[in-house]
Amino acid sequence: MLSTYIWPRYPAGLAPEVGAATPRRVPLVVLGAGPVGLTAAIDAAQRGLPVLLLDEDDTVSFGSRGVCYAKRTLEILDRLGVGQRVVDKGVTWNVGRTFHGEDEVFSFNLLPEPGHQRPGMVNLQQYHLEQFLVERAAELPGLDLRWKHRVTSVTPQADGALLQVETPQGAYTLHADWLVVADGARSPTRRALGLDTLGQVFQDRFLIADVVLDAEPYPLERTERRFWFRPSFFDGESALLHREADNVWRIDFQLGWEADPEAEKQPERVAPRIRRLLDLQGWPHIGFTLEWVSVYTFQCRRMAKFRHGRLLFVGDSAHQVSPFGARGANSGLQDADNLVWKLQQVITGRAPEALLDSYDHERGAAADENIQNSSRSTDFMTPKGHAARVLRDAVLGLAAAVPGVRALVNSGRLSVPSTLHGSTLNTSDSDSFAGWMVPGAPLDDAPLEGAVPWLLRHLGHGGFTLLFFGRPDAAERAALQALGDIQMLLVLAPDAIDALPHLVDAQGLVSTRCDAQPGTVYLLRPDQHVAARWRHFDSAAVQAAHRRALALGA
Amino acid sequence: MKLHHLNTEPNFGVPGERHRHAYVPGDDFYDQLVQTHRGLSDAQSEQLNARLVLLLANHIGDLRVLQEALALARKDLA
Repeated sequence: MLSTYIWPRYPAGLAPEVGAATPRRVPLVVLGAGPVGLTAAIDAAQRGLPVLLLDEDDTVSFGSRGVCYAKRTLEILDRLGVGQRVVDKGVTWNVGRTFHGEDEVFSFNLLPEPGHQRPGMVNLQQYHLEQFLVERAAELPGLDLRWKHRVTSVTPQADGALLQVETPQGAYTLHADWLVVADGARSPTRRALGLDTLGQVFQDRFLIADVVLDAEPYPLERTERRFWFRPSFFDGESALLHREADNVWRIDFQLGWEADPEAEKQPERVAPRIRRLLDLQGWPHIGFTLEWVSVYTFQCRRMAKFRHGRLLFVGDSAHQVSPFGARGANSGLQDADNLVWKLQQVITGRAPEALLDSYDHERGAAADENIQNSSRSTDFMTPKGHAARVLRDAVLGLAAAVPGVRALVNSGRLSVPSTLHGSTLNTSDSDSFAGWMVPGAPLDDAPLEGAVPWLLRHLGHGGFTLLFFGRPDAAERAALQALGDIQMLLVLAPDAIDALPHLVDAQGLVSTRCDAQPGTVYLLRPDQHVAARWRHFDSAAVQAAHRRALALGA
Repeated sequence: MKLHHLNTEPNFGVPGERHRHAYVPGDDFYDQLVQTHRGLSDAQSEQLNARLVLLLANHIGDLRVLQEALALARKDLA
């Protein structure tokens, strides 16, 4: 029992299928009600797909686990209806400081420019996020979340998968047309099907502790991440301090591979170490209570393919990374964000099944990027061999004096959304653009005028959206209103007036970030990524790009 | 930055390429350097480092720049 959180116990889900003569056939099942499975199920229900979400447990995660939720994740959570709760409950931060011993060598700002609704990062214990998602799921009539429903076997079929499910009320069988597997790093489904993951195990052990401080060392708005190489408060390689909700603080100690996990977890060993850490921050007057301690190792690995016919693997079941970079839960939510609109297009007959191969390509490339970045951070923190250690120590020794070397200090390259370079769904630029909003990029947020004054809040609730910058002429106006499935929005300067649906670019930042001029158009996917863009609107080109982004060929 | 002085600002990258996340080219180089050491004995790694110094120093060539680098590299070591 924690002083700061009481675990909800959810009642076991009903199982009306128990005793049925034939398996019930359903369009979509999601396995695992962690953050990623909940995200996928909520997104599916919001997009009008009936969905069954099965979980073997009856509560949210134990321990704080995933703790850093990045800007892009918050934007996805906004679309799911829980972003504000996460921001309100969590602790916002943008600045990370890195120390070598007691000397600061480096700091970074995750959000160096204004004009975004969401901050670089919000820290929140995973159980809070899961609880918010569970409560959101309960509001959606198309979403059937069943606790204490354990899937004991998955048999892939050409047209779906047969699932054996055990419940307190008995066993039943489901035929799912599509199955989203979100059952975690140890994925029983992946293992039972004999699907391998490829990658490396890192030979290191980390102690993770959540402590409640009995006073606030600094105001919430000054919250920052602190990371130490060779900390002076502990005889180990590194340490990391994060603030969470309710004045709970997360501390990671890098113990080394030889450490004895059981001995290290004992409070009489952990507590003095934490005391020294707090004393050295200048907080000797602040007491603490230990809430949760765990010792972990980790791997960086991924499945060779995330799509296996009608089975789609998301989150930790498909890929795992070291925690230094906050690229686990954050990438898992982006998997769901990428997958679910495609499932919706396929299930409703608007796109061929081949569209789902792009989930594997796009999120596979993202997994590679996340694994590369988190492996590099880990290699910097735990150098392998003498030469790598000498090099690492040389970087730390020169970092304070030499900015070019300081840039090499790697205490975690924190989660940023992948730009889907090279995706077959992109239409390559035929016109010239500056900036970062290339085909495949997640659209940057920007402030608007009006009741919902942020750009991303207007996008991604339905299908594709075409942004038209400025006021169209008569011919363009007629063509814009005949786009069919594509929603159209003008982006207007604050002084312009138009009868067509429009957004008002309050500070001109939508135009600036898109390098737009009057007449520029951007075609956006339902997951807010750029599919295509042009300097001049051509309805045929837009329709061709739309077909391409649905894997219908151009 | 005057050409005959040592450039201590971040400088990794390929001219013409751009990176939204500034750490990427530096991390690329660091990773390549560590990989180049992989599988070498400590003595061989020392040789590798010495060879690298010679190759890069010759590439730079300008003794005024190299003298600044030598002084900065030695500072605080002894």
